[in-house]
Amino acid sequence: MSRRCAFRIRIILYLLTTCFCFAGIAAAEQELTVSAAASLTNGFQELGKKFEAANPGVRVVLNFAASGALMQQIQMGAPVDVFASADQKTMEDAWRKNLMVKESCRNFVSNRLVLIVPGGSRTAVADARDLGRKEISKIAIGKPETVPAGRYAQAALTKAGLWEALHPKFIYGDSVRQVLDYVSRGEVDAGFVFSTDAVVAKDRVRVVAVMELEIPIVYPIGVVAATQKKELAGRFIQFALSAEGQEALAKFGFGKP
Amino acid sequence: MQSLAPLLLTLKVAGFASLCAFVAGVGLAFVLARYRFRGRECFDAVFTLPLVLPPTVLGYYLIVLIGRNGWIGRYLYDAFGITLMFTWQGAVLAAAVVSLPLVFKAARAAFESVDHNLEKAARTLGSTEWGVFLRISFPLAWRGIMAGTMLAFARAMGEFGATLMVAGNLPGKTQTLSLAVYDAVQAGNDGLAAVLVLITSAACILVLLCSGRILKSQYLKEIEQ
Repeated sequence: MSRRCAFRIRIILYLLTTCFCFAGIAAAEQELTVSAAASLTNGFQELGKKFEAANPGVRVVLNFAASGALMQQIQMGAPVDVFASADQKTMEDAWRKNLMVKESCRNFVSNRLVLIVPGGSRTAVADARDLGRKEISKIAIGKPETVPAGRYAQAALTKAGLWEALHPKFIYGDSVRQVLDYVSRGEVDAGFVFSTDAVVAKDRVRVVAVMELEIPIVYPIGVVAATQKKELAGRFIQFALSAEGQEALAKFGFGKP
Repeated sequence: MQSLAPLLLTLKVAGFASLCAFVAGVGLAFVLARYRFRGRECFDAVFTLPLVLPPTVLGYYLIVLIGRNGWIGRYLYDAFGITLMFTWQGAVLAAAVVSLPLVFKAARAAFESVDHNLEKAARTLGSTEWGVFLRISFPLAWRGIMAGTMLAFARAMGEFGATLMVAGNLPGKTQTLSLAVYDAVQAGNDGLAAVLVLITSAACILVLLCSGRILKSQYLKEIEQ
């Protein structure tokens, strides 16, 4: 009887400790969820660490995917506090759907679109015009509906009058980082990514050309309308715009807005 | 039409995949059920693994094997100029690997439940090993194998992870129904997603009804006999 009693007490104690542990974590840490374009992956991992160091007790949770997919998640009620997109169109769509605090939105970095080939590739591709050659059979590109890098590539190729001719060769990626992965593994012959993505895999891919665009690539960031942590979210955006934040992002090749 | 192309592709991929899984699964199951050799249960575990492993892990293994720089893929590309990545044949391979254990497990159990004495009797009457398989073991194990193959077909129809990693998600080329639904939802195209979901549900119900009918009619035939 007494043994059974001791067992019960132990169980209760165990449950209580677990509860206190969880409560302790919740009280000590404030969580900030940041949804950022896939191309911001390395830059924001650094930025997040710096922000945590400057704000003790805050934990930054990062969520990377194609900008269009992130906006869709926010629309479906994902608990996100800050949203950073790789293009203006996605952010404007988010405004139209009243998903963002409009006056909090700022442009914070700029980027360039580049054409890359696998590092070990012996092709003589020097610009987009060479992609029409026979030995180039597969070209990776972000899905234009959801991936900004894909939409920029579409604009650049349409402007050069190549979009229709190259269409059968496209392999669509779910995000710019998937395109980078396809090229760096040598599964495709070429691909369109941001210059900052090419930097991350510089030992496996080779940049052959910088694409000309009519509109500059500028990334906006803003506070999500549904968040309960508007003040903290605003502080993160200020941090991204600050000298320290800009320096962390410049390390990965991002330019000033 | 935009919503029918994924359906046809899915049926094609699932059909070929379950055919591959059927041939490979029945062969492997027969060998493992009939012959004793070292490491038999290890082989059984390896062929059942795709049932337990996450499809993304299988996708990774397949990329390492058949990617353009993969162990087999490099040879295929250099020798024949074939790449399976981003093709519907690649999708068939992924779906076949994922659904193999369903045929294999069912077939092994079916072969093991066949009465040994019947096979021995056939041998005493002068039948070759191949004849024993074709005229005794396989017909007696048929129902179990069929049930496994139906499940494999259904599994291949719904395959997502390994297919996405190996064959990509190319509209009209490798975009099966499950991938098309994912894409439509990601892009916020709810109308298309709803249509695709209805088509998928209808196709699956049809498959279940058909398979039920095939198995049932066979059962009734046996009772009548």
